[in-house]
Amino acid sequence: MGQFTFFDILRNLLIATQWTVILSLVSFVGGGIVGGLVLFARISQSGWLRNLARGYIELLQGTPLLMQLFLAFFGLALFGVAVPAWLAAGLALILWTAAFLGEIWRGCVEAVPRGQWEASSSLGMGYLQQMRYVILPQALRVAIPPTVGFSVQVVKGTALTSIIGFIELTRAGTVVTNATYQPFLVYGLVALIYFCLCWPLSKASQVLERKLNVAHSHH
Amino acid sequence: MSLIAITDVRKSFGQNEVLKGIDIDVERGEVIAIIGKSGSGKSTLLRCINGLETIDAGSIAVGRAQLLPGEAALRALRLKVGMIFQQFNLFPHLTAGRNVMLSQMVVKKTPKVQAEAVARKMLERVGLAEKFDAYPDELSGGQQQRVAIARALAMEPMALLCDEITSALDPELVSEVLAVVKELVAEGMTLLMVTHEMRFARDVCSRVVFMHQGRVHEIGPPEHVFANPKTPELRQFLGV
Repeated sequence: MGQFTFFDILRNLLIATQWTVILSLVSFVGGGIVGGLVLFARISQSGWLRNLARGYIELLQGTPLLMQLFLAFFGLALFGVAVPAWLAAGLALILWTAAFLGEIWRGCVEAVPRGQWEASSSLGMGYLQQMRYVILPQALRVAIPPTVGFSVQVVKGTALTSIIGFIELTRAGTVVTNATYQPFLVYGLVALIYFCLCWPLSKASQVLERKLNVAHSHH
Repeated sequence: MSLIAITDVRKSFGQNEVLKGIDIDVERGEVIAIIGKSGSGKSTLLRCINGLETIDAGSIAVGRAQLLPGEAALRALRLKVGMIFQQFNLFPHLTAGRNVMLSQMVVKKTPKVQAEAVARKMLERVGLAEKFDAYPDELSGGQQQRVAIARALAMEPMALLCDEITSALDPELVSEVLAVVKELVAEGMTLLMVTHEMRFARDVCSRVVFMHQGRVHEIGPPEHVFANPKTPELRQFLGV
């Protein structure tokens, strides 16, 4: 075994970072789509659909993401479905993200004043038309900062998938540490890379919040 | 046949019965002012007429459209009656012109060019032709309320419901909104308005309804209701 240079360590970590980025994107986009469905169920006029969505959200927010990963990875194996680590990781993160985004967005929809519903109703619009043309465009403005902010949680959440054997940044850090015996340097670099991914997102969320809070933002 | 037929309408919020059997028939072209203390049920009655509140008993019909549950029936009813709110409720993400165009395009499927022409005409009618491209937060309260009137008029309703439409306005802006309402009256629009503007009610209304504790306590032409209140409750309300 030859000596690892600093450059070798960094190169290995950056290669693994690709998977962190891909997993984050898949979770965020997939979670966004499922989260949209959760949102519509959560605010639907049908009672059982609302309860179903609320149950889903409470279940996923009330259990650790790690347990969800274990259940997706080992649980499905119990039924004879061999789940590769990347699939279990993606699936669990999508469902977890959907629960949080669905609930964040529900808050944004409910932040639109009741008068907007009443005015559009009294103009003869149906539920979907109200949503499409009146409610969602207003909710969207409110939703952008917390949604971007939550993406930081998704990026950091991907670190947990290392435990079920998905090789992303954190897992690569462990592997490299085992080979180099330089845990402080390696995990320091890992943390720095996470920071470089997350900090721009938090910053963007803050900037967007300030921008969209300005009353005259649409001119 | 009356344009709006309200028959024995009852409505409760939980244990609290706010409408205890209301009967009012409104003829085409009539202008009705509904007055009364807060909590007397006047706003609730107005909101029942276009289905923003459900009713527990009785019936409401506007033209041939009945108040029935279900989106299709409600839509048919709401195409007949426009509503204007105390808080204007303009869509803040759309310009004044777009506010007036939206429901025409979405509900009536009017082509955009035509909807825009109607919107310009309606904004001109309320004296805001030059505000077509202004956003609601660039307009004064009075201007916003006039846009709301234009928005309702663009749907060509047979009647308009006005729920305290000047109550949220600064005093100096009240008259510009009332002037627009007065013009509608002159054009023969049927109006039901919950209002605190007694002088306006006296000047333009064909009938005044005084509501008290969920009932129509007195009803009649303004010169009778205001000059000769029959009940102590109305006398107390008018302060005479």
